[in-house]
Amino acid sequence: MNSNHVTVDGVQVELNGERNVLELVRKAGIDLPTFCYHSELSIYGACRMCVCEIEGKGLQATCSLPPEPGMVLRTTTEKTLRIRRMALELLLSNHCGDCPTCSKNGQCRLQTLAQQLGVREIRFPKPEFTHELDESTPSLVRDPGKCILCGDCVRMCREVQGLGVLDFSGRGWDVTVNAAFGKPMAEVECVQCGQCVSTCPTGALTVKNETNRAWELLYDTGKTVVAQVAPAVRAAVGETFGVLDGEVAMGKLAAALRRLGFNKVYDTSFAADLTTVEEGTEFLKRLATGERLPQFTSCCPAWVKYAEQSFPDYLDNLSTCRSPQQMFGALAKKHLPDELGVASEALVVVSIMPCTAKKFEAARPEFATEGTPDVDLVLTTQEIIRMIEQAGIRFADLAPEALDMPFGMKTGAGVIFGATGGVAEAVLRLATLGSDPKNRNSIDFHDVRGMDGLKEAQVTVNDRVVKLAVVNGLENARQLMERVKSGDSDYDIVEVMSCRGGCIGGGGQPLPNDMAARERRRKALYDCDRVQAFRNAADNPFVQEAYRKWLDEPNSHTAHELLHTSYSHRRRRANETIGVNESHDPNMVAVKVCVGTGCYLKGSYDTLHRLMDQADRLGYSDRLDVRATFCFENCGGGPSVEIDGELYSHVTPDAVNRLREEVIEPKLGYTPLVKEKAPNA
Amino acid sequence: MTTLTPILHPEALDTLREQASAVLDSDALRVVVCGGTGCNSNGSGAVYEALLAAVEERDLPLRVDLLDEAEMDALSLTFSGCSGFCEVGPIVRILPEDYFYVRVKPADAAEIVEKTLMGNEPIQRLMYKDRHSGEPYARRGDIPFYRHQVNITLDDCGLIDPADIRQYIAHSGYKALADSLFNQTPETVIDEVTKSGLRGRGGGGFPTGVKWNITHKVRGEKKYVVCNADEGDPGAFMDRSVLEGNPHAVLEGMVLAGYAIGADEGYVYVRAEYPLAVRRIRHAIQQAEEVHLLGDGILGTAFSFHIKIKEGAGAFVCGEETALIASIEGQRGMPRPKPPFPAQGGLWGRPTVVNNVETLANIPKILRNGAEWYRSFGNEKSAGTKVFAITGDIVNTGLIEVPMGTTLGDVVYKVGGGIRGGKQLKTVQIGGPSGGCLTTQHLDLPLDYDSLRSVGAMVGSGGLVVMDEDTCMVEVARFFMTFTQSESCGKCVLCREGTKRMLEILEKIVAGNGKVEDISTLEELAETVRDGSLCGLGKTAPNPVLSTLKHFRDEYLAHVVDKRCPAGQCAAFLNYSIDAAKCKGCRLCGKKCPVDAITGSVKEPHLIDQEKCIKCGACFDACRLNAVLVG
Repeated sequence: MNSNHVTVDGVQVELNGERNVLELVRKAGIDLPTFCYHSELSIYGACRMCVCEIEGKGLQATCSLPPEPGMVLRTTTEKTLRIRRMALELLLSNHCGDCPTCSKNGQCRLQTLAQQLGVREIRFPKPEFTHELDESTPSLVRDPGKCILCGDCVRMCREVQGLGVLDFSGRGWDVTVNAAFGKPMAEVECVQCGQCVSTCPTGALTVKNETNRAWELLYDTGKTVVAQVAPAVRAAVGETFGVLDGEVAMGKLAAALRRLGFNKVYDTSFAADLTTVEEGTEFLKRLATGERLPQFTSCCPAWVKYAEQSFPDYLDNLSTCRSPQQMFGALAKKHLPDELGVASEALVVVSIMPCTAKKFEAARPEFATEGTPDVDLVLTTQEIIRMIEQAGIRFADLAPEALDMPFGMKTGAGVIFGATGGVAEAVLRLATLGSDPKNRNSIDFHDVRGMDGLKEAQVTVNDRVVKLAVVNGLENARQLMERVKSGDSDYDIVEVMSCRGGCIGGGGQPLPNDMAARERRRKALYDCDRVQAFRNAADNPFVQEAYRKWLDEPNSHTAHELLHTSYSHRRRRANETIGVNESHDPNMVAVKVCVGTGCYLKGSYDTLHRLMDQADRLGYSDRLDVRATFCFENCGGGPSVEIDGELYSHVTPDAVNRLREEVIEPKLGYTPLVKEKAPNA
Repeated sequence: MTTLTPILHPEALDTLREQASAVLDSDALRVVVCGGTGCNSNGSGAVYEALLAAVEERDLPLRVDLLDEAEMDALSLTFSGCSGFCEVGPIVRILPEDYFYVRVKPADAAEIVEKTLMGNEPIQRLMYKDRHSGEPYARRGDIPFYRHQVNITLDDCGLIDPADIRQYIAHSGYKALADSLFNQTPETVIDEVTKSGLRGRGGGGFPTGVKWNITHKVRGEKKYVVCNADEGDPGAFMDRSVLEGNPHAVLEGMVLAGYAIGADEGYVYVRAEYPLAVRRIRHAIQQAEEVHLLGDGILGTAFSFHIKIKEGAGAFVCGEETALIASIEGQRGMPRPKPPFPAQGGLWGRPTVVNNVETLANIPKILRNGAEWYRSFGNEKSAGTKVFAITGDIVNTGLIEVPMGTTLGDVVYKVGGGIRGGKQLKTVQIGGPSGGCLTTQHLDLPLDYDSLRSVGAMVGSGGLVVMDEDTCMVEVARFFMTFTQSESCGKCVLCREGTKRMLEILEKIVAGNGKVEDISTLEELAETVRDGSLCGLGKTAPNPVLSTLKHFRDEYLAHVVDKRCPAGQCAAFLNYSIDAAKCKGCRLCGKKCPVDAITGSVKEPHLIDQEKCIKCGACFDACRLNAVLVG
């Protein structure tokens, strides 16, 4: 026997750096089933589906077993088949099982494997299921009744996205996957990237389905519904229908959307070109002054929310540019009614996005004009596929159609926005080439392409060496931010995409949304880029026209009003206070006592009560405005009390007297009535 | 106690040992009150106080400090750890005669002081008496419970004061450490442990020397030694007693393990529900650090070893080594797949040796007396002794230590004194909820790793629950499954879902609703959970089901086919009725019935309404004329 082989079901398979026996078995052409194994996540070993019989080692889970030369194993034996079937039967017996109406029907791994392995009977009684759905976010739906506790979402969120929003709670039969303290997803640090949805094998985590809302808008004859299609959608929408060429799929999608009833079909890549011009100009300005560097991209809504909650000190470094979706929305709502000759209130902008977080972004209050959102509805690639299926459209048979002008005009730079490194490359094309068409052939920046989590490059812009970084996956972004914070990295510009691979791997993309699919989509986008007439955003004639007609020049006042935004600190709810004792006295003293967890545990609640009791007793409670607040981020110095804007630390209940006598009472001009006077006073 | 002086070279240890031993094992009177958890709960603290008061009242010279020369001949009064014979506590031992008093009450103090201490006269009233013959035994060594034991791990438990490191040193404590640091290399230490044949006492039975050797050979700047004191089996208290009674033996074992594998840090992972053990081990660490037998520069050498305590929050699964490691790291206590084994990537990813309390407590003895000596106990593949916690329907409940390979019969009848109330032995559950049941056909079975495994049971951590003829085996399986089901961490599918479904089937059977096909489903489930689970908890959780099915399948069938419980224990199958011929109509049963199911006027035979009856047995207990029939 060759010493570098493993025998799988009697067939010799060569070892070639496989990390575990499972990978080797799959290489041997056996689709060993798993729920909890993902090559990009840590080994978990919980589903027990991948057990095989290994000579000399007995039954072993192959996901955690390193392959050794000479190993002899059998994948399907009496015992392994029994284990797999029993595991499935047990999971099904504790699963709500509303398969026909489940949005994952047909794409659910539990369903598929049960069918495939011939589980025909469930001998155990099913518990009652109450569907307590978490629909708190605009993007995601959690249905605990469908969760099989494989932990894929938990590890995806923690390991790839560095967030750890979901984790297990309870033990044994009572284990559930939950956000902290069982809170709804909207109330925790979920950035709604939807990577949990992409990895969930069942219907426990799904994209919030808004197709019915889309149908309603399309039925409404009083509305003019226009679609904007994000770059990454074209690389994935055809997968379901066997159309893998991105350019062709985009043409077919345009045809399909018109058949569904969309009045106009535009390209978000147009807005991406606009973003490139605005963001590139902004960067060149910052580079000239050296201020607010590194500049971080702001196209990715999950990254923006992450930065707002985890790195609020760097919000000034984010590009103030709105994302392409929102630039499109603002521009469309302002100028399309005139262009199309329709009433403003009749225009509806629907975006087709690879991304779940785009639903959250569209709902951000700053992206609404007089209460009407700039983007009325966001549908993910998954949802638009459903609508195409619901309408019975044979997608593959459609003749590709052209997009509508002016917002259907794009450059290659706008298309590669959908892949990691694309935004950086678009800005580089703009910054290094200007709008000189002669440079068109040396336009590729290979250093920033590819699926690596972190890519770095250096280019010369205006005789200055610019250091650039491209990250994808929020854990990679977190690590980069820590290096920037510590001063270990001195980048000038950083592109951040929350999802591995960029938008092509967005949480709203069709399944499977694994790394292999993402790589294929990435290639599809660069193929599209190569065939475009223009590949530098500055060359987009309609972008140029937009500036002439509406926007003046890049970063102009008008452009700022329409195309830029600002960010807010999400980390603490410092502005939310609970009025304990409201005072309307013009000379009142404002006291805020922190009752956040850290201060509460150190006795701030008693501090608050003692202060109020004493104020009542001494008769000046009507001049004291006392509020309970949540966090001054002074946890080490807790309990924290703020008096007229000044923060005092370590105000334990015992320290209340001193604070009252030394700080509050002098401010009130209060002289204690009963206080021993010094003999000579 | 006076301040301890640092011991910075082996000679200083020798000197201290000679001094301490000369006092401790002298002819001076020494009163040892058992301070183990069992005796403590029975009031040994008050007994100690009463003895102290009685001694002081009579102005007897009392030794305050072990090594105070002025007090050399004085009487000493100390607590010890667990004496093992919990059944008869509180226990008081009086040396050098080794009088052994049982069930001592504070009121006995004066008599003990006057008769035994002042007059050297044993008190027969307080001696242990044979259950059958009534014969009193004056001295500890005469009592059959002790006579049939061989104490290696436990020999100092119940004798020395666990709070005084000098008493441990007096009995050759830390001698093995000094010898190893100065005369042995890590390799020769490992070699000796390997040759001794010591296997893991926590249940797995993996050869300790081999485990050390693997960890020793793995390259790593930082390594750890972890003492697994997360004893969780119902009815097991071996590790607890060793930690409470002789904490320094465990610490010395850990330092030796550290020296052998090249670690400078260790953790004791101990249940927070063992407050006394936590206190004693914490105190022992302080003392050992004070005298430089632990911490930086041990015995004046360059070798350092620090021990920290991590209190577990009471999750049974944290006794599984990878879950334990996760718990120390502050993670959720869930096992992870092996490989990597802790020896390769354990605590914080570093090479780690995880050893059980009893295993570690054996190490100093082995290194002190040699591998050959250790091998002289036990048998070929299972060397040494094993501590068992023996409970249930047995005469002598308590903590015992016997050579590996002692037969089940000897443990039950010689050491354990047989079954309570003259009843017959039905089964012995060995190895706790992960173990299996042994029956009367196994009385000649040697209790060692391989023999037990061959009959589908396991040594486990050492719990032995003895059950008499009135035990329903389906109910036993249900009881243990309730435990494992609630202690499953919920990670892997088969254990989480499978234990729950096994429990449901068992509950259905004891409730009288079982069907014949339930037995085959139960068996299939049990085998699948055993074969496919991620960790030891899941793999062994079905053992009570599988072994009861193997040995008592007819009882299962009786429950599902004949709808009866042969042991008469399952309430669902009981029918209470009143024998009209015997009933005098006294109304006593009617008054006791909680659901008013018994009708009938005074002096008339009563009747039980079967619809209302909840089969609680209150009427049966109440009737003085045996007129209530159970069937």
